[in-house]
Amino acid sequence: MSVVTLSQIQFAVTTIYHFFFVPLTLGLAVLVAIMETMYVRTNNEMYKRMTQFWGKLFLINFAMGVVTGIVQEFQFGMNWSEYSRFVGDIFGAPLAIEALLAFFLESTFLGFWVFSWERVSRRLHLAAIWLVAIGSSLSALWILIANSFMQQPVGFAIENGRAVMTSFLALIQNANVWVQFPHVIFSGFTTAAFFVMGISAYHLLRGKPEVFKRSFQIAAVFGSFSILMVILIGHSQAQHMVQTQPMKMAAAEALWETSDPASLSIFTITDQKTGKNTIDIRIPKVLSLLSYNRLSGEVRGMTDLQAEFEQKYGAGNYIPSVFINYWSFRIMVGVGFLMAAIAAYALYNVLRNKPDGKFKFLNLFPFFIILPYLSNSTGWILTEMGRQPWVVYGLLKTEDAFSPNLTPGMVLTSLIGFTLVYGLLLVADVYLLARYAKAGVESAPQIAKRTTDEEAYWE
Amino acid sequence: MELNVLWFILIAVLYIGYFVLEGFDFGVGILLPFLGKTDLKRRVMINTIGPHWDGNEVWLLTAGGATFAAFPQWYATLFSGFYLPLFLMLMALIVRGVAFEFRGKDDNPRWRALWDGCIFFGSLVPALLWGVAFTNFIKGVPIDANMMYTGGFWNLLNPFALLGGVVSVLAFTLHGAIFLTLKTDEEISTPARAIANRLWLPLMLALLAYTVVLYLTTDVINRLGWNPGVVPIFTVIAFLVTGWFLRQKRDGWSFVVMAASIALAVITIFRILFPTVLVSSTDPAFSLTIYNSSSSDYTLSVMSTIALIFVPIVLAYQGWTYWVFRKRVKSNPQDLHY
Ligand code: HDD
Ligand code: HEM
Ligand code: HEM
Repeated sequence: MSVVTLSQIQFAVTTIYHFFFVPLTLGLAVLVAIMETMYVRTNNEMYKRMTQFWGKLFLINFAMGVVTGIVQEFQFGMNWSEYSRFVGDIFGAPLAIEALLAFFLESTFLGFWVFSWERVSRRLHLAAIWLVAIGSSLSALWILIANSFMQQPVGFAIENGRAVMTSFLALIQNANVWVQFPHVIFSGFTTAAFFVMGISAYHLLRGKPEVFKRSFQIAAVFGSFSILMVILIGHSQAQHMVQTQPMKMAAAEALWETSDPASLSIFTITDQKTGKNTIDIRIPKVLSLLSYNRLSGEVRGMTDLQAEFEQKYGAGNYIPSVFINYWSFRIMVGVGFLMAAIAAYALYNVLRNKPDGKFKFLNLFPFFIILPYLSNSTGWILTEMGRQPWVVYGLLKTEDAFSPNLTPGMVLTSLIGFTLVYGLLLVADVYLLARYAKAGVESAPQIAKRTTDEEAYWE
Repeated sequence: MELNVLWFILIAVLYIGYFVLEGFDFGVGILLPFLGKTDLKRRVMINTIGPHWDGNEVWLLTAGGATFAAFPQWYATLFSGFYLPLFLMLMALIVRGVAFEFRGKDDNPRWRALWDGCIFFGSLVPALLWGVAFTNFIKGVPIDANMMYTGGFWNLLNPFALLGGVVSVLAFTLHGAIFLTLKTDEEISTPARAIANRLWLPLMLALLAYTVVLYLTTDVINRLGWNPGVVPIFTVIAFLVTGWFLRQKRDGWSFVVMAASIALAVITIFRILFPTVLVSSTDPAFSLTIYNSSSSDYTLSVMSTIALIFVPIVLAYQGWTYWVFRKRVKSNPQDLHY
């Protein structure tokens, strides 16, 4: 395999893996902050136990997010040096700002939060977890500003074969950021809500305490709202995509011929070589509806776009893998609607206030924890692989972006190394999460024979 | 001041922050098997750096991001060129980071021993590789006219660079030992002080050897002249004073002065490099400098505004958390987080 392909695989593995932990961090930080706010407001010890229980799971997850993030910071230079030279003037800025504004905030105040229970005033302790939550959202914002430039380059000029920044403001105001960022944030919130519901359900079924009933209620409300936002914003994002990256949408819908009104695919099997669909079941007009909020409107097909791109950018293949676009889009959206139904059902039961907190299908909730992860990963696969062959849309192709001094052997070494270590760490991580999640509130501290962190320090 | 110079200085500042802070937590990790003879002692040691290690590591992430933003060519050449050593360092930082969080979460001795090993090697490997890397920066590496690294992996592990690695390992270990004298009660702080005292001389000798090789094999003499200026001289003085304070058992002062000597040493290195950031051993004309590797003036000025606002804020709140956690860590198992 070539250096490009290996580097692509490595990027995919390490980034998808990083994004396995990030969404839970984004959402759980906010949920834990909400719980601690309730504690500070009501002075009810139950909320303190709740905060500490979820806080512990948060920390186990966070550690993985941090260490996998370190790789991210360097791998643009390691594997994509030509890319880094080409866009460094623009792309480096949000990355540096992310570290300076977000990572310092998150890591410093998380350390503070963990070690300062009972050592500082409650309000100060509460402020720390809110700063962590703000820090993680800021981190997502800046990295998505960087990513959005790759999806929709703005505020730049080409000088001496390199992109240089002409407007920092344009970079921040990039329309792509303001659909992408809320979609990612709320998908993070959804992830955390399903996580909390799933684990709470496990304990409710075993008749465990009040804490989990309340946790479930909070998560059901938070989750219902979040998944609704994800879907609504996802819809705007799809519309934005039709405008800015029509090829990605055409491939996601297996649409070869430009049509008006355009039909939405229900089940399609494509032969990418011949550019034909062998099986094609579609609902008329609905793709136009999705794209423009009305029953007509032109959606361009891949054959057309390919011809146009050849004229504009020269010979080449501009069609990404239809199979991957099509199915990743279907899985994300399908699972999204499934989660919306589940969240609504949970909310309904919470509002009916079932006395003991138990209701039908509660036993399935632990399994639902996996659902947001499916949507998150497939969403990113669509975003990133649907952008191919471009690394920076319309400006730089992936095949021109890799590090020419690397040999396949070197990349293979690192790829195997990362994959192995990441795999082993995942086992350890899931083991710990499961153990602490199952242990529940009362017995958790005894697992490792320790109490709270109070007075870990003395005069 | 020219923005390119400002950014060169800012990146130096980030590395100073990184080595001064993460330096001692690498040291604590390296000393873990030597000073932490019981599980409880190991836990106390890890808890001394518990609230800080992640915040310390962010100095490196910021240095990485800042290099990308201000000197993209440097970022691209350096990290693609030093691919395998960087990969090793990342692996080490990965296992080390999770080890802090994971080790205390299960009391099976084998589980703990596994993560203790990760903390030890995860601290030792980067401590060594940083010395190797900075020595190569000064010494020069093969870079062609297109700013591309043309050497291999073994090129980077030459004897001089390894000597640099020995220096950095000893320095961080000493720094960590001094940190422990401040942050633990006598059970650990007394042996830590003994180790610090024993490490001082070998480090002095290694440093001396390093300086000699530096003068003999590189063009440092042309860059600095016979009179190296105040910074290198103060580096040496600070280091001598560290030894003196150690002997006087004035731990607070020896920590401050050791931190200063690390900071001064980093300044010395950047002073030697300036205005080059990566020396080409193929042809000096191919070297990367702060001029031919930088971003546009516009980007640099945007970034300068942001950095000048936020770096002081970060320093303030990070400093504040060190102050909050200034007390010693007690050997009471009930009270340890990690
Ligand atoms: C809980 C997770 C989740 C759920 C339920 C959904 N998404 Fe999503 N989606 C993501 C999580 C996600 C993501 C992983 O966060 C992505 C990757 C990049 C991004 O901006 O968000 C994404 C990307 C993404 C993109 C690609 C944007 C681009 O390439 O520029 C589109 C068009 C949509 N989403 C649309 C939708 C629609 C119409 C949904 C309706 C149900 C939906 N998403 C549900
Ligand atoms: C966290 C969610 C993300 C996931 C899961 C993800 C996934 C991927 C995948 C699968 C590829 C390989 C594409 C291919 O093989 O065809 C890729 C490539 C890449 N992505 Fe992402 N990505 C994510 C976020 C980002 C962000 C935030 C950035 C930039 C800030 C980014 C920058 C890149 C670059 C530079 C490449 C390499 C060039 C290329 O193959 O196009 N990615 N990513
Ligand atoms: C959509 C994509 C991404 C989002 C939303 C995101 C967000 C986050 C968040 C919230 C954290 C905090 C720790 C945790 O989550 O567990 C984090 C950690 C980190 N991320 Fe990402 N990230 C993304 C992709 C990337 C990429 C492409 C990079 C490369 C520059 C990167 C670099 C880092 C680093 C260096 C850390 C460690 C920070 C620390 O030590 O506190 N991330 N990321």
